[in-house]
Amino acid sequence: MTVQQEKVPTQQDRHVAWRGRSEQADAERTSAELDDAESIRRLRARSRRLLGSMMRPHKRSIVFLVLILVGQNVATMATPILVMYGIDHGIPAISDHDDYSVMVAVGAAFAACAILEYVCVRLYIAQSARVGNAMLYALRKRVFWKFQRLSVSFHERFTSGRVTARQSSDMESIREMTENGVDDLVLAGMNVVTITVVMLVIDPLLAAVSLLTFPLMLGLAKWFSRVSAVAYRKARETVAVLIVYFVESMGGVRAVQAYRREERDRDIFGRLNHENRFAQAKGHQQNAIMAGGMRGIGHLATVVVLAFGGWQVMIGNTEVGVLAAFLLYMKRFFDPLNELVQFYNVLQSATAALEKLSGVMDEEIEVAEPAEPKRIERPSGEIRFDDVRFHYREDQVVLPGLDLLIPGGQTVALVGATGAGKTTIAKLVSRFYDPKEGAISLDGVDLRDLGEADLRAGVIMITQENFLFNGTIAENIELGRPGATRERIVEAAKVVGAHEFIESLPDGYDTHVRKRGGRLSAGQRQLVVFARAFLADPRVLILDEATSSLDIPSERLVQRALRTILADRTAIIIAHRLSTVEIADRVLVLESGRIIEDGPPEVLVDSGGDYAELHRQWEASLV
Amino acid sequence: MRQYLRPYRFRLGALWTMVLLNIAAGLSVPPLVGAAIDGPITDGDLDALWVFIGAIAAVGALDALLNLVRRYFQTATAMAIEADIRNVIYEHLQRLHTGFHDQWQTGQLLSRITVDLGMIRRFFAGGLVFAISSTGMITIIMAQLFWIEWRLAVIVAVAAVPLFLIGRGFFKNFLPAARAEQDQSGEVSSAAEESANGIRAIKALGRGPLMAERFEKEADRLRVLGVRKSLIAAKSWSAFGAIASAMLGATLVIGAIMVANGQLTVGQLTAFIMLQLNLLWPIEAAGWVMAHGNEAMTAADRVYEVLDSEPAIKDRPGAKAVDRSALRGKLAFEGVRFTYDDDEREILRGVDLDVRPGETLAIAGRTGSGKTTLVSLPSRLNDPTAGRVTLDGTDIRDLELAGLRRVVTTAFEEATLFSMSVRENLALGRPDADEADVEEAVRVAQAEFVYDLPYGLDTRIGEQGLSLSGGQRQRLALARAVVVRPAVLVLDDPLSALDVHTEELVERALERVLQDTTALVVVHRPSTVALADRVALLHEGRITAVGTHSELMRTSPEYVDVLSAESEEVAA
Repeated sequence: MTVQQEKVPTQQDRHVAWRGRSEQADAERTSAELDDAESIRRLRARSRRLLGSMMRPHKRSIVFLVLILVGQNVATMATPILVMYGIDHGIPAISDHDDYSVMVAVGAAFAACAILEYVCVRLYIAQSARVGNAMLYALRKRVFWKFQRLSVSFHERFTSGRVTARQSSDMESIREMTENGVDDLVLAGMNVVTITVVMLVIDPLLAAVSLLTFPLMLGLAKWFSRVSAVAYRKARETVAVLIVYFVESMGGVRAVQAYRREERDRDIFGRLNHENRFAQAKGHQQNAIMAGGMRGIGHLATVVVLAFGGWQVMIGNTEVGVLAAFLLYMKRFFDPLNELVQFYNVLQSATAALEKLSGVMDEEIEVAEPAEPKRIERPSGEIRFDDVRFHYREDQVVLPGLDLLIPGGQTVALVGATGAGKTTIAKLVSRFYDPKEGAISLDGVDLRDLGEADLRAGVIMITQENFLFNGTIAENIELGRPGATRERIVEAAKVVGAHEFIESLPDGYDTHVRKRGGRLSAGQRQLVVFARAFLADPRVLILDEATSSLDIPSERLVQRALRTILADRTAIIIAHRLSTVEIADRVLVLESGRIIEDGPPEVLVDSGGDYAELHRQWEASLV
Repeated sequence: MRQYLRPYRFRLGALWTMVLLNIAAGLSVPPLVGAAIDGPITDGDLDALWVFIGAIAAVGALDALLNLVRRYFQTATAMAIEADIRNVIYEHLQRLHTGFHDQWQTGQLLSRITVDLGMIRRFFAGGLVFAISSTGMITIIMAQLFWIEWRLAVIVAVAAVPLFLIGRGFFKNFLPAARAEQDQSGEVSSAAEESANGIRAIKALGRGPLMAERFEKEADRLRVLGVRKSLIAAKSWSAFGAIASAMLGATLVIGAIMVANGQLTVGQLTAFIMLQLNLLWPIEAAGWVMAHGNEAMTAADRVYEVLDSEPAIKDRPGAKAVDRSALRGKLAFEGVRFTYDDDEREILRGVDLDVRPGETLAIAGRTGSGKTTLVSLPSRLNDPTAGRVTLDGTDIRDLELAGLRRVVTTAFEEATLFSMSVRENLALGRPDADEADVEEAVRVAQAEFVYDLPYGLDTRIGEQGLSLSGGQRQRLALARAVVVRPAVLVLDDPLSALDVHTEELVERALERVLQDTTALVVVHRPSTVALADRVALLHEGRITAVGTHSELMRTSPEYVDVLSAESEEVAA
């Protein structure tokens, strides 16, 4: 029995637990909602580090982008100045002296600004799309690769739906940020600085008055970023849960329909959808409060400047033109900020997504690659278990201390009841897990010291699940040896007896298997997977119930093939059909993780032990 | 799309009214400011200034409040619409036949209910409101501009022509580019989802680097398409902003000349330009709004691709209810033919087969002979291309689907367990099953191991819970089918992952269950044949022989080849 790692439930856990897994454990494994200051700081630092590493390769481009934005800013900033200049100097020049040259100059400057704006905007959008997409591409690559390296037990804990969610909806959040509004953010920042400076130059007193509203804005922004971070973090998790459920129920849609689970599924999905809806809405609503507040502050500033400025004009301290320009600047000051508020939403959502992704990137790889891998030039295929202890859960020891030597070239069959540890042994040799104690070695080299590529070239396992990938039959077989010619693929299929049925498919080897091989029967899928393994040609081949779905004629062919194929390589076979076991050189009967019988099948058959009994039952079953 | 908006029509109506009020409030501020400058400030009338300031403060407060309330509810409404559509898609997907699901990668479906719906929602919450508010704003501003000085306003209006032309070109190019990007984003999700699901297979073969390489290829294509889309946007958006600025310059120059000629006051020109500044942003943002609109349109297209797929298997009009108690359980295949959608070759080429009430019939045949297809027909997971399947003489397509599936239960060879408790998994087909039913089924399937799980029957299994071995899963799937106590039980090689000893125990227990149940069992092993009263041999899409195991062993060489224990022993 393969049971994943989990804490021993206490009595109290049983009460809070929801059918074997408490919500608390759910939250823990994804660090969904941490609210203490310390962990938030850690979370922030972690995601900032990730963001930094994303941006570093594009340093120059980013500087260039900022320069473009400066250009754009100059163009847009010049407008009010030109307006003011035109009113204050252009008009008097015309009306008093009939001198149009000032106005012509203003017009020319306007045209130049329009052109500059055009060039800058165009360059910016194109360039930022290049940088943004390149950054996303690199991030996608890194996250995917990280998931690939994380151990099987991580994946079992994390679930495939969550892995998918991180790579789809979280990425989407970040994409949205790169696509919209970063320029607005930078422009608004520049805006705030330049306008403040310009206002101070025009009329320091008026400027000081208008800046009185500044602290209000800062306070509002601070409030928002604090509360919305929590809201968006929560929303990232609710959408992940939704995706987990969606992926699972779409994967098992046949069973859903056959057992009429539609309605219950709908209820659950509806509930998750509902939860997600409100979680998502929360951050946006906080944003609405901020947006309204910002607008109010903008109006307040206008009122204050108008009142104070109006009084100043009346007492002759300043001119009407200055006040008019000032009010225009105020508008230019607040308008981008109001728009920016909406982008703040996107930014917060992306930050939450980055936090999630940085969590994945920081995940420790339990079955790690060695820092300095040892090499085996031509492995003989000798497998040694040295006092190997293993458990998935602390309270259920699967292997209490296994010693086993499988010489190179030997075919060993594992026999025993469910839960005896057969599959565990197979998974340990394939290094899906590392032993808790003791060591497993290939040709005397600890598996933990072998590089991934060397290990997989040496040891290949055919799992129980017969997983087919999206693509054609040929592509699925080719996975065993990427780059194999069509001849070799066909040859492998012929050897395992898959050729005949493949040829009968509409496009032969180029037939698309559809989702998860939906167009093939279980037996056919198993044959394809078998062909894949034969093509791989490893030194050590592990077959975990790899022939259970085959019909008798197919199994006959596979067995004939196995005899030749396994002749010169090490093999570990788990099969409940003794017809498959009998091709082994040696049989190990397991009970509770211990070897209770060990010997060639023909010897064990007559020994009167468990194997002999199994064999008797099997013969009886043949009718 | 309209049907999803209908429940919210009053809310949306209220929202859009608020949008317009909001614009009106926002736009009344500049004229008030202009009037304050031209009036009290120029005249030096402090008391009158206070009146203006009071008015501006009141209007400003109203504007801010309207903005807050509107956005607050706009968000809630858009989220509600999104959630509604998501539910509808989910329900529709559940109704769609397995043939549809075989062809659609989960990642593509996923990107529709997440990314695409997000785009639609954002358009409703952002883009559309913005489009309405900017149209309203532009109209009001233009009206004001015409009121202040119509000749200047005409100059502003002329700028609409190039904007329109550019916009049209943008639509033509951007739409297909956005679609290509969204489709590719679905491909990337699919690749991610597949690699997550197949992680064991990938690790067992050590193909992580290869998968990463493939994923990178998809992701890189997405990158290229994303850049391409943005380049199209860059061309149009930049022109929008430039035209708006140029327009402002023209107004200023001409306006200044008019002021110089005494046709316009400085205050009027200031007000005019302040108003016109309000036009800059809506015009600059028009490109962005159009892009959002385009993306929402393609997203809606993608969503409708799914929603418009008709479930091939559904209730016919006038479908009859199924009365379990009156059912005898006579199952018959009459001239049944079956062809997959994209395949000319017939899998089943005229199957005639009668299963008597209470009989257990085994189906034997070589890999690829169509056994799995055949047993998917009685519960209508597929419908025959020609011929019919009848239950007690009634074409099963004339029965209500839900009722049919209540009386015909199928256990698949590959057991799908869901992330819920063992108990729920077992009672899936009969939620009202009591403890005794469940325990009985566990016993029949020899699945007593469930009691040793950490929480017994309440242990959560499936992907989000404990993982079980193939044999354990298969026994639970069998138990699940047994719990239903259907009139017709269809078992697709239900014991393949069991060891001989367990298989024998299961068979012995099953025998009693099968006594009064009509059963169709796919077999690969002589041992499983023992369950059956008769065996039918499926060969190249036809039933070529029917009889007892020993009869067929005598008369059918084909049968001997498929199921002979001797030949297995000879090979062994």
